[in-house]
Amino acid sequence: MTTALTYPPRKLGPEQEALRAEVRDFLEKDYAAGGFQRGQEAMARYDIEFSKRLGAAGYLGVTWPKKYGGRELTFLDRFVIVEEVLAAGAPVGAHWVADRQSGPLLLKYGTEEQRERFLPPIVRGESYFCIGMSEPDSGSDLASARCSATRVDGGWRLNGTKLWTSLAHICHYMIALVRTSPVNPENRHEGFSQMIVDLHAPGVEVRPVYNLAGEHHFNQEVFTDYFVPDENVVGEIGQGWAQVMSELAYERSGPERILSTFQTLVELVRAVGDNPSEVEARAIGRLTAHLTTLRGMSVSVAGMLADGKMPVTEAALVKDLGTNYCKDVPETARLIRPPETGAGGNSGYEAMLAKATLLAPSLTIQGGTREILRGMIARGLGLR
Amino acid sequence: MNDMRTLILDTADRIFRDICDQVLVDKAEKGEWPAALWQTLEESGLTQAAVPEERGGAGGTLGDGLYFLKTSGRYAAPLPLAETLIAGVLLAEAGADVPAGPLAIAPVRPVDRIDCRDGVLSGTATGVPFARTAAAIIVATPQGLAVVEPKDVRIEAGKGISGEPRDTVVFDGARAAPVGGAVDPDRLQRLGALVRSVQMAGALEGILAMTVQYVQDRKQFGRPLSKFQAIQQSLAAMAGQVAAASAAADAAIEAEEEGDGAVAIAVAKARVGEAAGVAAELAHQAHGAIGFTHEYALHQFTRRLWTWRDEFGGEPYWQAELGRQVARAGADNLWKFASGT
Repeated sequence: MTTALTYPPRKLGPEQEALRAEVRDFLEKDYAAGGFQRGQEAMARYDIEFSKRLGAAGYLGVTWPKKYGGRELTFLDRFVIVEEVLAAGAPVGAHWVADRQSGPLLLKYGTEEQRERFLPPIVRGESYFCIGMSEPDSGSDLASARCSATRVDGGWRLNGTKLWTSLAHICHYMIALVRTSPVNPENRHEGFSQMIVDLHAPGVEVRPVYNLAGEHHFNQEVFTDYFVPDENVVGEIGQGWAQVMSELAYERSGPERILSTFQTLVELVRAVGDNPSEVEARAIGRLTAHLTTLRGMSVSVAGMLADGKMPVTEAALVKDLGTNYCKDVPETARLIRPPETGAGGNSGYEAMLAKATLLAPSLTIQGGTREILRGMIARGLGLR
Repeated sequence: MNDMRTLILDTADRIFRDICDQVLVDKAEKGEWPAALWQTLEESGLTQAAVPEERGGAGGTLGDGLYFLKTSGRYAAPLPLAETLIAGVLLAEAGADVPAGPLAIAPVRPVDRIDCRDGVLSGTATGVPFARTAAAIIVATPQGLAVVEPKDVRIEAGKGISGEPRDTVVFDGARAAPVGGAVDPDRLQRLGALVRSVQMAGALEGILAMTVQYVQDRKQFGRPLSKFQAIQQSLAAMAGQVAAASAAADAAIEAEEEGDGAVAIAVAKARVGEAAGVAAELAHQAHGAIGFTHEYALHQFTRRLWTWRDEFGGEPYWQAELGRQVARAGADNLWKFASGT
C-alpha cells in the first residue's frame, strides 16, 4: 500500500532558526519605522521601496551564486525568509516572481550573459519580472496558447496576447511562453519556447484588467510584431513546455499558499482577546491546527526540493489544501465574529475580513485551479 | 527513518498482512480473542517496542512504538496495542516492570476518578478499551499507578461502534500497591490523544488504498470508476485529508519523542479527527452500496475512525484547548505559536 502521499516531518536547523531571528528583527524594525502596512494578497501588494530594502538587507536571490549577488544559501534558508516576510504581511508583489521563479529559471536554463545581466538587479530588489503563460483562450489548458514567434534575422517576431499577468504594469520583464513552431496534434506540448520580453520596448502594450474589487493587479499584454533578440531566448527553442513545468513545484507549495489570509486570523485573535468563549476558542483552535499542519507539510516539500527531488504531486496537494484553508479563514471568522459595519476602515479585523472575502475567489484559481490540481493528485494516485 | 525503525515497521507490516485479515477482525468483533496475532506480535517484540529491555520491552524508542501503531491502524488490528503502549510507557517511567500480555489503562475519561487508599482501590471507570481481554489493567490514581487483574474487579462488558470492547470497570475493593507518583490526568489524556491520532492516520491510509483499488476495479457505464472526473476529484480531496492527517500525526510523534509534544498532539487530534470524518464519508461515497455492507471490509476501518476520533477528547475539546492557548499567546505571537518557532 503505497498510495498515500507522504510528508516526512522536516526540522529546520539552527542555521535556519538563526536566520529567522535576523529576518524577524529586520521586519519588526522596518514595520515599527512605518516601512510597510500589514496586509494580505502578498503577491498583489507591492512597495518598490520595501523590495529595495529587502534586497539591500540580503534577502533576495539568496540561493544564487555569489558572483550574481546571491549568498549561496540553501533552499530551506530561502523558505524561512519567505515565510517570515509573508507572515508579517509585508508587500512583496514587486520582486516576488523574479525572486521565486524567474531567477531560478535563468540559473537553470539561461546563458551566462543572461545571468550576469538579469540576476544582480533582481538581488538588489530593483528588477521585476512577471509570468507570461495564460492567454484569453488559454487558461488551465496552457498547451492551447497561441502567442507565437516567427524566425527573423537575429531573433524572433512575436505576435499575440497574454492575460492575467500580475503587476505587469510595474514589471520590467516578462518571461513569455510562446509557440515557435506550429501545433503538432500528436504532441501538443512540442514547439514552445520561453523568451524574455522587455515590457518597455516598442511593440508591446500593457493594458489593465481590474479585478472584482476594482483594483489594478492583472494586466493584458498585446504583442504586435514585437522583436525578441536571440540573446533573450531562455533555454532551448522547442523546450519551453518542460522548462515551464519545472517551475511549478517551486510555485505551488510555498508559504504563500497557506498564508494568503493569515492577517484575518491574526486580527480575529486580536478582536476576540485573551478570554475567548468556547465557540471562539474552537474556531481559532481549528484554524490554527490546520495552519500548523499545512506549514509542516510546506516545510516537508521545501525539504524535498532542497534534497533535489521534484515533488510535483506533493506540491499540488499542499496548494489544494492550503488555498482551500485560506478561503475557510474568512468564512469561519465572519460566523464567530460577525462584522458590524460590513467593511470599515483600513486596518483591524473588519478591514482584513473584507479584503480576504474579496480575495478568496482567486486563491483556488491562480497558479493552477483546484480542478487541475486535483487532476494531478488523481494522476499521482494512479487513477489517470 | 533509521534502519532499526524500518525493520520494525517492515516486520509489523508483514505480520499484519499475513494474519490480520477481514475474517480475523470480524471474529474479534464477535468476541473471539485473536490469540495467534497477539502472540506473533509479542514474540517479535512489537507490543512493547517502546519499553526498555530491563523493564520487559524491546528497547526501542517511543517513536518506534507509535509508528508501529500507525501500521496497525492500516490493518484495523483488533487488539489493545495502543493501550498496551501507553501502559508500558507509564509503568516504565514509574520505574516498574511491565507485565507481559495485552494491557488496558484506566480511567480514560477525565470525569472518572479511581483512588487507592490503604492499598484498596475505589471508583468506577467507563468506556475502558479492552478491559475484559487484558492480562492486567493499569490504573492511574492520584496515589500512583496500580496494577490489577481483570478477575479482581467487576467488569460490565460494553462495545463501541468500533466493535471493540469498551467496558465499565468497578474497582471498589480491589487490592493494589501503587507505584510511582500521581499520574497527571492531562498527560494521560495527551498520550491517549496521541495514540488515537496515530491509529486514525494509519486507518486513513488504509481506506485511501482500499478506495483507490476499488474505483480501479469497479466498472460502470463500460469503464472503471477511476476514469470518471467526478471520482478523480473526490479521491484527490480524500487524499488531501489523508496526507494532512498523516503529516499531523507524524509531527506529533516526533514532537513527543523530543519531549515537547503538547501543542503538536492537540493539533494532531483536532486535525486528524476532522480528516477522519471527511475521508470516511468520501470513501463510502466512492464505494457505493457495497461499502455499506458487512460483507465488505470498509466498515472495519470507518467504524474505528468514528470511535477513535471521539476518544481522549474529540475535535471540539482539542480545538478549544488550542484556541485558548492561541488567545493567551496573543495575536502578535500567532505565527510563532502556529509555526513552533
